[in-house]
Amino acid sequence: MVNDDKARRRFLEIQEVTKTFQIGADQVQALRAVNLNIDKGEFVCLIGASGCGKSTLLRIIAGFEKPSSGRISLYENAITGPGSDRGMVFQDYALFPWMTVRENISFGPRQKGLARKYIDEITAEYLNMVGLEKFADRYPLQLSGGMKQRVAIARVLANECELLLMDEPFGALDALTRESLQQELLEIWARTRVTVIFVTHSVEEAVLLSDRVVVMTAGPGRIEADVPIALARPREVSAIDFNQVRRDITQRLTSHVRHGSVRDLKAVA
Amino acid sequence: MSAIPAELNSAARLTGAADVTPAADPPASSTATSTESVLLAGAGGRKPWLPERVQAVLLAAAFPIALVVLWHYLVVVTGTKLVPTPYQVGVMMWDFSFGGIHDDAFSGSILTHLLASMQRVYGGFALAIVIGIPLGLMIGKVRVIRQMLDPTLSLLRPIPVTAWLPLSMIFFGLGPRSAVFLVFLGAFYPIVLNTIFGVRSVDPRLFEAASMLGCDGSRMFRQVVLPAAMPGIFNGLRLAHGFAWILIVVGEMTGVPTGLGSVIMDGRTLSRTDLVITGMIIIGIAGFLTDRIIVGINNRILRWSPQHHG
Repeated sequence: MVNDDKARRRFLEIQEVTKTFQIGADQVQALRAVNLNIDKGEFVCLIGASGCGKSTLLRIIAGFEKPSSGRISLYENAITGPGSDRGMVFQDYALFPWMTVRENISFGPRQKGLARKYIDEITAEYLNMVGLEKFADRYPLQLSGGMKQRVAIARVLANECELLLMDEPFGALDALTRESLQQELLEIWARTRVTVIFVTHSVEEAVLLSDRVVVMTAGPGRIEADVPIALARPREVSAIDFNQVRRDITQRLTSHVRHGSVRDLKAVA
Repeated sequence: MSAIPAELNSAARLTGAADVTPAADPPASSTATSTESVLLAGAGGRKPWLPERVQAVLLAAAFPIALVVLWHYLVVVTGTKLVPTPYQVGVMMWDFSFGGIHDDAFSGSILTHLLASMQRVYGGFALAIVIGIPLGLMIGKVRVIRQMLDPTLSLLRPIPVTAWLPLSMIFFGLGPRSAVFLVFLGAFYPIVLNTIFGVRSVDPRLFEAASMLGCDGSRMFRQVVLPAAMPGIFNGLRLAHGFAWILIVVGEMTGVPTGLGSVIMDGRTLSRTDLVITGMIIIGIAGFLTDRIIVGINNRILRWSPQHHG
């Protein structure tokens, strides 16, 4: 469905985006002058301490929030609201509890008014991709957290989104389930070549998954570093070079915290 | 007759809902196969289905039987002539249902009165549903409509529905239409308020998820807002249905020739307490059966959420 014109256009461009929230009488700046370009097919992780605005940035890309200033565009078209070209996977799943697994996955295709036969085909394909055929007629309340998150991933993929936005998607899962879902996500990414922006606060997760790690810092939220991860895939978390990259990124995260606290102390003095 | 308990009730259910884990869900255990689904298996050592059911029926029946026995002895001991014994009421119910005992104006007339009351109750109830649910969905979801209508609703709500009786008789005359109007008013507030509450308590991420999947406008109301608000709506329906039967009696006391309310009114004027109690029992049974039907529909529509089963 990608025509020549689309292929020539730049994918995701974020220029000088700021976001200020009004909380009571106070204005809180969540993002200041964020610039970020992401190419089609990239796997990018946004990492940072809580309050660094990484989730806000993701919600702006999704179109759930509007930037206070700056420009954001996909294929050089300004993003003005939620759209089916971008799919969000929430930490708390946000599945429709009254729909079965199958109905949740087919929700997007059904909105497009496609032929019944085609909808069934797409749904079966993505049920298979996340390995939930046996649970197709279950309701979300009858699933474990890992299964719910698989449904959420299948639901946005079935909608043929081009940009998968994931907001700490595995944060609420136990370690074993998280590991297997990380592997499944990488397989899905390799197979579909969907562009992924993945918010996390785990350095290991970011290095394991992404082509680029974008380090964000708080107060106000901004991009501190943009680190390409050149490690060959599949990656091994216990490898020496993996650990070097992990240490490097951890340092970038914590050095800011140290600088920040020094600045705070000076301010107090 | 304010609908405040309606809100408390839904709030209690919602907070209760947060405590329920998937592990407590029995249907999952039957087909669970993968390792993850071990989590879902229901608690073992469940008692067989039938004896539990029989036990429940026996427990439910024991209390009313004890009340009837107490009633009988109190009448016998005090020797009152004002209150009939349960047996006398039983005779009256038989005559009211099938005739052949007293052979008066009320013998064998149950269907006429019951059907007349049911028509008005379900008419007013249906009208309240048709107007109340869409209005509640819009007030709950659309800020502008909420700002426009919510204060007025809050102002009108504390007015007892019975206080509308004189006005309703002026608007609709002495007759069944006035009764339908009162039933409508009584059923309307719990339905609207619980629908609003149902919409307001939906996780806003569900609406975000729907909009990113290409769902908007009226489709959003039909496919997401309505089903998501269903637990609140059914709370409202059960309360509203109770109010509907309460108000039909008030409505039919205004000079309507048929209906269970008018039977009770006639019984009072004629000092026929057995007739009054007969009317009360029949209303109780009719209300109970309709409530069972609503609960049945509730359990079917909310089959995805075991904690919302009635």
